[in-house]
Amino acid sequence: MKETKMSTHLSGGRLNVAILQETMRKELLNLLQLCEGKKVTIWDEWLAGPVGLVAQYSLLKEHEVVDMFPLRPGSLPTISVKHIIFIARPKLELMDLVADYIHSLRTKQTSPVEFHLFFVPRKSELCEKHLKNRGVLSNLSIQEFKCDIFPFESDVMSLELQNDFRENYLEGDPTCLYNAAQALRTIQQLYGIIPRVYGKGNAAKQVWDLLCRLNKEEQVPRGATTSCIDQLLLLDRAIDFTSVMSTQLTYEGLIDELYGIKNSTATFPGHKFVSPDDASPEVTATERKRIILNSSEELFAELRDCNFTTVGPALSKKARVIKTQLDERHNDKSVQEIKQFVSRLPQMLANKQSLATHMAIAEYIKETTDTFDFHDTIQCEEDFLNCIDNDKACPFIEDLIATKQPLNKVLRLICLQCVTGSGLKPKVLEYYKRELVQVYGLNTWLSLCNLERCLLLRPQTGIRQYAVLRKTLHLTMDDSDANAKEKSYLSCKYVPLTVRLSEHIAKNKGWAGISDVLSNLPGPSLEELQSLQPRMTRRNSISSENSSSLETPRVVLVFFIGGCTYHEISALRSLSQQEDSNVEFVILTTKLINGNTFLEALMEAE
Amino acid sequence: MSALLTADWFQLDAYYRKFDLYNMVWSMDEGLGTMIVSGAPYGGPVAVVRDRKYVRNPGTAKPIITIYNCVGNIISKIVWNSGNLVHMGWSDGEQLLCVQESGDVLLYDMFGAYQKTFSMGQEVRDTKVCKAQLFSNPHGIGLAVMTTTNRMYLLSNVSDPKIRSVPDIPRANEPISSWCVLSSGLRSSAVIGFLVCRDKEVYRCQLGESRAVLMRPDINNTYTQIITIVPSQNGRHVVLFTDSGILWIGSSDLKNKYCEIDTKLIKQPKGLVWCGSQAIVGHWDDTMYIYGFNGSVVKYPYDGPFHLIQEMDCVRIISEMSHEMLQKVPLVVEKIFRLTNIAPATYLVEASKEFQNRSHKADEHIRYIKADLSTAVQDCIDAAAFEFNADVQKMLIRAAQFGKGFIMDPVLTEHYVSTCRWLRVLNAVRDPRVAIPLTFLQVQNLGERILLDRLIWRRLHCLAEHIASYLQLKDGRTRVLSHWACYKVTQPHLDNESAAREIGEKLRNIPGISYSTIAMKAAEKGRKALAIKILEYETHSKLQVPLLLTLGEGPSALLKATASGDTDLVYIVLLHLKEKMGKHEFELTIRSFPLAHALYIKYCARHNREALRKVYVQEDDFTGQAATHIRDALDHTNPGSAEASLISARECYKKGKNDLGASICEEARKLIKQQSSLQETYGESFVGLSLHDTVKKLLDHGEVKLADKLRSEYRMPDRRYWWLRIIALADKQDWTELEKLSKSKKSPVGYEPFVDACLKYCNYDEALKYLPKCRDDIKVKYYVKAEFYEEAAQVAFDQKDDIALVFVLNKCPARDSAAHAKIQALLDQLNKK
Repeated sequence: MKETKMSTHLSGGRLNVAILQETMRKELLNLLQLCEGKKVTIWDEWLAGPVGLVAQYSLLKEHEVVDMFPLRPGSLPTISVKHIIFIARPKLELMDLVADYIHSLRTKQTSPVEFHLFFVPRKSELCEKHLKNRGVLSNLSIQEFKCDIFPFESDVMSLELQNDFRENYLEGDPTCLYNAAQALRTIQQLYGIIPRVYGKGNAAKQVWDLLCRLNKEEQVPRGATTSCIDQLLLLDRAIDFTSVMSTQLTYEGLIDELYGIKNSTATFPGHKFVSPDDASPEVTATERKRIILNSSEELFAELRDCNFTTVGPALSKKARVIKTQLDERHNDKSVQEIKQFVSRLPQMLANKQSLATHMAIAEYIKETTDTFDFHDTIQCEEDFLNCIDNDKACPFIEDLIATKQPLNKVLRLICLQCVTGSGLKPKVLEYYKRELVQVYGLNTWLSLCNLERCLLLRPQTGIRQYAVLRKTLHLTMDDSDANAKEKSYLSCKYVPLTVRLSEHIAKNKGWAGISDVLSNLPGPSLEELQSLQPRMTRRNSISSENSSSLETPRVVLVFFIGGCTYHEISALRSLSQQEDSNVEFVILTTKLINGNTFLEALMEAE
Repeated sequence: MSALLTADWFQLDAYYRKFDLYNMVWSMDEGLGTMIVSGAPYGGPVAVVRDRKYVRNPGTAKPIITIYNCVGNIISKIVWNSGNLVHMGWSDGEQLLCVQESGDVLLYDMFGAYQKTFSMGQEVRDTKVCKAQLFSNPHGIGLAVMTTTNRMYLLSNVSDPKIRSVPDIPRANEPISSWCVLSSGLRSSAVIGFLVCRDKEVYRCQLGESRAVLMRPDINNTYTQIITIVPSQNGRHVVLFTDSGILWIGSSDLKNKYCEIDTKLIKQPKGLVWCGSQAIVGHWDDTMYIYGFNGSVVKYPYDGPFHLIQEMDCVRIISEMSHEMLQKVPLVVEKIFRLTNIAPATYLVEASKEFQNRSHKADEHIRYIKADLSTAVQDCIDAAAFEFNADVQKMLIRAAQFGKGFIMDPVLTEHYVSTCRWLRVLNAVRDPRVAIPLTFLQVQNLGERILLDRLIWRRLHCLAEHIASYLQLKDGRTRVLSHWACYKVTQPHLDNESAAREIGEKLRNIPGISYSTIAMKAAEKGRKALAIKILEYETHSKLQVPLLLTLGEGPSALLKATASGDTDLVYIVLLHLKEKMGKHEFELTIRSFPLAHALYIKYCARHNREALRKVYVQEDDFTGQAATHIRDALDHTNPGSAEASLISARECYKKGKNDLGASICEEARKLIKQQSSLQETYGESFVGLSLHDTVKKLLDHGEVKLADKLRSEYRMPDRRYWWLRIIALADKQDWTELEKLSKSKKSPVGYEPFVDACLKYCNYDEALKYLPKCRDDIKVKYYVKAEFYEEAAQVAFDQKDDIALVFVLNKCPARDSAAHAKIQALLDQLNKK
């Protein structure tokens, strides 16, 4: 069936993420079935992408969705179907749009229409009240589309919350923590109670407290009877900004940094995708090309976590393999052999196609990485990460400011200098601020205030936490002391702090042994046991011998509250791929981020 | 013993039996004979009221409706204050329905508490109810009324009264002799209608049909009128009684006649009911007649008046002294105890008895029925379920247990266990203290949930809880205890403290209790304080918070909402409080809740900057205030008002001791001022540009002096200023000026920016002028950047830096083979040394 085909990239791991997709999809289809007949959906633009990961347009079409529109200011064409379904998050701005639409449609619509509103993931009294004040509530049937987690990969799920970090740290609005706790309930409903829970940071603690509270409010979820996840690690983004601010150097990370990956899809300019047997090369060259990036493509699954420097050789090796495979047909062969060859042909051609695609992408990336500018930026970052010269104003940053490079890029470096230096000298900080305001305008001042409130910028205080952590957790590596084992997964010379913490948790010793490390990080640490339901047994507890726990890898769910980068995902993946590892990491995050998107969210609106 | 067991049996077509349930303990001032009695089915309560016909001087005293339980204990009394009572009956929720002449129907619970009223409609009110009947149908208990003008109305469920009318009979105003309501079919296809008899004619007036249908029963004996018509429970059969004393029994469409019996009783019966679907029980004077379809009749004379209550599978007879049950002997029971019995179960019972007597005969009996043992066990279990007498139950259950020992059958064992459970429950509810004489069939039909409800309605919470846990009913205990708590809070004699404590203790660890429902109940009864106390136990913030709000507990609602982490809830409380409270009080309240405060600020920031500023002022948050002023300044297009806003911002920063902020604002203000004058001079827009861009624009205009002035005024660092000048000149491609600049004095930015500026416009020759001046450590890199590979190599060679040389070699494009060779040679030379 089509449905099963769609989710192959989700079901590879020990935790079957396809179940999540299936659950959410069913939920949506059931809701759609409530409205019999043809329907039009109007999407909250933020949601359209993530929901596409759950149910694609073709599937919706099968359920009589004849058209889709984005929910944005403006008017709609007349719609001649019976049902109009709004799918939106419970936000007041969106409710205003919904109300506007209904009002405008009501005046011009001749045929009777039924309006529906699906809240994702939860209803909101506030919004209903608002709709009532706008006089449209009585015309709307309101439903809940309880889709709070979106499946990305067999080991990656995301809540895709817009502005989660900004809301929590800047505005003091912990809605995202509530959503995170609810999402954990969803996870536990599907995959069973997670027996061991660890966490670090304020947000981690808050999410855990909320989860306990919610469990008390409502009976522990039914459904899954065994626990598929052994450990949960809650990480507050605020404990590690360094990993976000530094440029990601893995293949997937670089694609994200340079072209932006949204809901597993990236868009590239077309001209490098022109192939010799293209029917209309001019069209291909001018069009922008959308490429879906997930592990259902074998080659990408191989490449995504590699350091970009190794991608080139890997690609050319692959090219040779494919070429020899295809060349085999010219050799003399028996009928049987040719038959075999033909049966393998579609797969080989697909491989060839995917190779061409990634060659093109790699070329695009190389164009950037080969520039002196990129090189200098990485050099500067590396200096900061190695605690070199992060006490004084950096001339490279000064030059960037003087030439008015994109503000984001400059701020990223300044923030990196700040977090690695555990603050900036007050003088340096003031200097940067003045410079930035003079060059980029007064609006920047407000953005800087925002960054200060989130502690991304701050004056230096006593201890150099980062310097200590760098040593104790081996966050950076010189080429010389990186031993062979670690080299295999180090995609760059910096290992994210969050990954080191996960690595430690995966050793099944809890926080024991690194308490001095934890005390250097902000916020409380967490170490809890969740009791299983009486009937629930741990998956591994069937045989109590120690050997069994060695054989079956443990599943550790790492929950990044405030977002996580592709670099971190890759590093965690590489950890579980190491030979002697018996853990599998599954990543849950409130959002997939990189330094740019992270900072953009904290900027003052123009 | 089996001889004794059949003592109360008698035979019609099949065996029937009549036995005592209870001795009635009621005492009435007047005999039962002058009373209207209405007993609820399923062993429910009995309502009794004096018949108006027997009241000597009506109008003096108000009638009193007394509600008894099945042993005759008074449950409650209702003083009837309303109009003429036409009919009394019971709903399936054991609520007493009193139909008035006006068509108003009053509902009471069994404790006499008034519940609600509904009306049968204006037309009924105008024409007055003449007769009414309650009938059970797939939708629930229905009510049918016949008005004095012979028009008929009915509703199919008294808890959801939707009145509907049926077609009139022809010549509607002529008197009718009898009528009944007939309902048959399942829920989806229920057919409900009236059967109305006028003299010899029978009309069927059905819902959904347009006119009445005339039907003629095939009655052989002469008669002039049908004076009674009664349908069977399932609506498939009907019995007619004529004025000539003939009972006609047939299908409800009157097409099939089962039998016709001459009763020789030429008199309207006081009661005529079906016992099951194969016997008719009639009540004439003080005698009960039971007719089988074969015409056989059994007569029971009574000492005094009595009353018949029809059940689904039996008839209960309630008299002044006793409460009896009349039922067809269940087949299995008959099979076992019939005198001429050969059933395996009979032998099993015998065997079990012998076994208890330690007799070897037990073995003989068992051997004899070995093949049929499982049937025998099954029969014994089933028969036990039908028995009312505990001794007989025990005897049969023992036999079953004995027989079960010889076979392995998990299904049978399961059946045995569940039957034993049910028997215990049945015996408990049949106990005179509870007095619900349910048969096994009835309890199966009701289901365990409703059984529990019935106990709850009787406020037998303790028994209900025991039964719930004994039967392991899912959330049974929760339901019982919630109801108990709801009842508890309505008890006025309990003080709030102890009531709340008791509820808290009893309900602790019971999952799924909705404390908010209990609290709501308490609030309804005007016990606000108790309600608030109980709400403390509620874990569901979504339920708890709104109720706290309606109870006027704003601050505690806010506390609960903030603790829940559900921001939606917090907003609801905030908006509610904002409406309800004075501004000052509101601000004071939310101040002590950081989360609420933050959300309010966020809400204001989005909707109302002025309100936001006020909050900041209230809080002495100078940074926040300043930020709002700066935003104002950025929004203003008019330089004057922008300046004013910036002054306000500056003052706020000063108050907040933020010197940098203050000076930034001051600079911004000054800049705007200067920009607006520049705007006038150049007729181009300057306002809104940053200082950097302003200077750049001036340089682009060649206004170096003005730019210089701004630079020094705003203490722009030299480095950046030089950068600006270099870029500005390069942008103009004014290479001579650029060179002049480079020579004017030592560049504070070094000479690399010059190179970069030239390279930006691909002017390699110009770049070459500055390359030698580049810093030594990056000179090679810059040569490479400018694509002078050979020169770069030479520099690297001079610096004796082999790594740099390799770097140059790698960067040098392969097609330039000559350069390659040269670099390689240099590298070799260097390595040789």
